[in-house]
Amino acid sequence: MSTRVADAIPRREGGSTREPEPVAARTPAGLLLRSLAVGTAFGVLLVKSEAVSWFRIQEMFRFQGVHMYGLLGSAVLVGMAGIAALQRLGYGEPPGSGLDVLPKKESRGLNRHYWMGGAVFGLGWGLLGACPGPIYALIGTGATVFAVALASAVTGAWTYAALRPRLPHF
Amino acid sequence: MLDALRQPWPWYVAGPLIGLVVPVLWLLTGKAFGVSTSFRDICAAVTPGRFEYLRYDWRTGAWRFAFVAGILIGALIAVTVLASPDPVVGISEATRADLAALGITSRTGLFPSDLISWRSLGTLPGFVVVVLGGFLVGFGARWADGCTSGHAITGLVGRQLPSLLAVLGFFAGGLVSTFLLLPLALR
Repeated sequence: MSTRVADAIPRREGGSTREPEPVAARTPAGLLLRSLAVGTAFGVLLVKSEAVSWFRIQEMFRFQGVHMYGLLGSAVLVGMAGIAALQRLGYGEPPGSGLDVLPKKESRGLNRHYWMGGAVFGLGWGLLGACPGPIYALIGTGATVFAVALASAVTGAWTYAALRPRLPHF
Repeated sequence: MLDALRQPWPWYVAGPLIGLVVPVLWLLTGKAFGVSTSFRDICAAVTPGRFEYLRYDWRTGAWRFAFVAGILIGALIAVTVLASPDPVVGISEATRADLAALGITSRTGLFPSDLISWRSLGTLPGFVVVVLGGFLVGFGARWADGCTSGHAITGLVGRQLPSLLAVLGFFAGGLVSTFLLLPLALR
């Protein structure tokens, strides 16, 4: 890749913040290759950590093991530290101002769709034992039956698009 | 070295590495880590303009399709070059006993093949778990505006209240499925 890492993201200069530039418009091939590379690492991690395992999800929801809690908890803590480090290096918003380098989810009213939609997602997660990342990963492991789960999930997303005007949001 | 990497990775090794995906992806691409938006992008590509929610250029999600393609490649690497010598996922004995009481006795592999397989799709438990489960995952993830990656990891990393609410919802739903729906479907 011809562009350097630091070119992908504009740095904060003199306290003023610019929106991240549309990297895709500038180096589409580079963007896709970088996404592919990080995705590949994530795929290895999902499988080797057993986060893709139906058995591990059952163990989690039955509160019978620390594995999934440790996995998610340590991921969140390290992710926070990593983003904070980037901010200290001058990327995005300054530390203490909130995490504006990542998009903010709008919060108002009862925020109903977050927890209602979340509960519906959880019903599916508890049954299938795989969330979206692991659905793709399991197909990659050769478990082709998860292509059916993927088709169902896309159908679910399409059904949401159809029903969206009638569902509660916020 | 390779032998060590072939073993399942403990949570305290894999968890921090998964956490690094958020800042690394952001640094390399400027994108926020999340997977389930790909479902929306697929819908927008297949039936553009049908619903307001799908009226946008799905190619804005092209980077995410590359990311997802990477997940498949990484998973393939994990079960070939890095394949675990022991095919049994080391869950607790208590979970094994609970699952056996429900009639799930297969132990090997990443998921129970007696419940999840092409052949089981025609049975009530198989249909409920794979088809209904997948549908609810896709529907719920889009209604909640994020899944485990977008809310439970990226959202919590960003200390977002909506993501905390979504994660509480994930767990509420998961508990209902585990202790109510799954036993009902397996009866």
